[in-house]
Amino acid sequence: MSVEGLSSVTPARGDLLSRIGAGHIVLAVALLLFPFLASGFFITQIGAYSLIFGMLGLSLMWLAGYGGMVSLAQITIAGVAGYSMAIFGENNAGVHGFGWPWWILVPVAVFIAALASALVGWISVRTSGIYTIMITLAVATAMHYFTQQNYTMFNGFPGFAGVRAPTVFGIYWRDPMPFYFLCLAVATLSYLAVLYASRSTFGLTLQATRDNPRRMRAIGYDVTAHKVFAWFLAGIIAGLAGVLQVWFNGRISPGTINVAAAINVLIITVIGGMRHPIGPFLGAVVVILMQTFAIDLVGAERFNTLIGLLFLVIVFVSPDGILGLWERAKPRIAPGSLRSGP
Amino acid sequence: MSDLRASGPGLPAAPGLTKRHVWGGIVVLLALVLAWLVFTPVWPDWLSDILISKKAFVSSILNGLTLAGLYFLVASGFTLVFGLMRNVNLAHGSLYLLGAYVGYEIANRTGFWLLGVAGAFVIVGLLGIVLQVVVFRRLEGDDLRQTLVTIGISIVAADLMLAVWAGGTYQIIVPDWLAGSLTLPVISAIKSSGDIVYIKYPLFRMVVLLLAVVIGVALWLMMNRTRVGMMIRAGVDDREMLSASGINVHAVFAIVFAVGAGLAGLAGVIGGSALSVSPGEDVRYLLASLVVVIVGGMGSISGAAIGALLIGLAEQMGLVYFPTYGIVVTFLIMVVTLAVRPQGIMGSTS
Repeated sequence: MSVEGLSSVTPARGDLLSRIGAGHIVLAVALLLFPFLASGFFITQIGAYSLIFGMLGLSLMWLAGYGGMVSLAQITIAGVAGYSMAIFGENNAGVHGFGWPWWILVPVAVFIAALASALVGWISVRTSGIYTIMITLAVATAMHYFTQQNYTMFNGFPGFAGVRAPTVFGIYWRDPMPFYFLCLAVATLSYLAVLYASRSTFGLTLQATRDNPRRMRAIGYDVTAHKVFAWFLAGIIAGLAGVLQVWFNGRISPGTINVAAAINVLIITVIGGMRHPIGPFLGAVVVILMQTFAIDLVGAERFNTLIGLLFLVIVFVSPDGILGLWERAKPRIAPGSLRSGP
Repeated sequence: MSDLRASGPGLPAAPGLTKRHVWGGIVVLLALVLAWLVFTPVWPDWLSDILISKKAFVSSILNGLTLAGLYFLVASGFTLVFGLMRNVNLAHGSLYLLGAYVGYEIANRTGFWLLGVAGAFVIVGLLGIVLQVVVFRRLEGDDLRQTLVTIGISIVAADLMLAVWAGGTYQIIVPDWLAGSLTLPVISAIKSSGDIVYIKYPLFRMVVLLLAVVIGVALWLMMNRTRVGMMIRAGVDDREMLSASGINVHAVFAIVFAVGAGLAGLAGVIGGSALSVSPGEDVRYLLASLVVVIVGGMGSISGAAIGALLIGLAEQMGLVYFPTYGIVVTFLIMVVTLAVRPQGIMGSTS
């Protein structure tokens, strides 16, 4: 490193605050303080649950936003991780349950999920655009019915119960506070990873294949390989979410990966917005708050109608979800913020 | 099916074996084997060992064909709408379920089953027009948003139908002249006394199959012999050019959507009579339509017929011969098709 090289770093460091962005810092502080101000119910049922679904949405956003592949199979991939946890780890269904320790179990489960994701990707990238939705929906539905029918591998309708989070360093990681911070840590890592990957060479190449696959192929890029690898990466995030989800629920069954759940992930992502990785997390908070409290709003059980209508309104009014609404509202709220200099 | 296949992009008549000759030969061979299996009076023991029993085999084939008929009715509407509008209507399953409920209500109150079938076709078809005019016309050219909207509609529709018809299972009662069973000229066994036992099969299921064939032929005639069909085919190939040549594309879209939705509604009544109606059926038939159309080729009626046959037979044979792995067979057919021919068996490469 020459002196010049070192000195050029200094202004960048001074810029660190603005590079991270004030928004991120406020968000980080809020997320870290949140569990100390909220009840146990809010910490897990809203906080941790939103983070898990936000990660599922994030994996979809990565595929759809940067790769142009709208997948409905993200919950299925999470389910693959969840089922792997139950099959290779411990469960009280009396089927399988090899009892592997968590530090082998988790990487294996995530890896299997990522492989499954790559497989789904390989199947679906043979066609493109709107077909991806159809094929991934078919995959998700087929997987749901398969787990429901098959007892030798997936224990059929009841699935597996008694999947427990491990106790490490004397902390039981399913207690509200540790579980929230675990989810927050994994979600933050995934978020930063997507943010980094989107600006990496691979991310830029992926975005280019989204915009013009034919030209990329002509330049000499292997479009299929890039897309399948993007699916693999999405599978890692979805798999991590699946591990957290199975710890959260303590169980996994076909009901966890049904079509309603698959569509739920899509709704979360679309409502949040697919332009930026923060979108799915926003969407997750909104949708989960609604799902939790809509019963008080519309009485009875018609909250699916409410969610569906909100989804329809968002798709009609703002294709970019809440993020799109925010982008539109920002210049009106603070006209000066767009032009900081004279 | 041969006439439909001949209407595809044909190969020039070349001397010697062409690809089509080979495929035709395989199909004829399979048909001969099947005919021999069905019409041999008594199976040799080794065959019964492999295929359980002749009765099980024949009824699984018949069930498969019936299911294929039902799948074709649902999927033909789906593929019609997709072919013209590039719109993956993920609310198609909801239209099926709504048709089933509407048919149930009408048939139950008036006592006329046929009225239920016609009513479901008309009402769901009209709803299709409303959807096309109110929703899809506004989002024209934006495939993804159209598809997302259909997801939203299917969620709301499923929830509202649950509110009206609750979670119970309904059975649409078939009129007497369609009930009962039919004795087929297929021998299932010869008793030691020399009496011949013939296979019996529910008459209504045969009617389902017949209806699917009739509607398939009618659709084919509509697509290939009428002016509207000509417009639809032109629209599939080049939407802009069709509208530039002075044809009201929106009217064509509305007609197609009405027919597609109406067929889903009609299939709902048929399916609700042959099987049953309950919440969750919408997803089942949506999946069936998706797989049938992916396998058969999007936008192709004959593709939907071939896909429905493959999937229907695979599902029922799977149920008998590989229970609990049945869905995997269906799924494998889809994956293999995508691997070998991504556009589907009858799909066009565009």
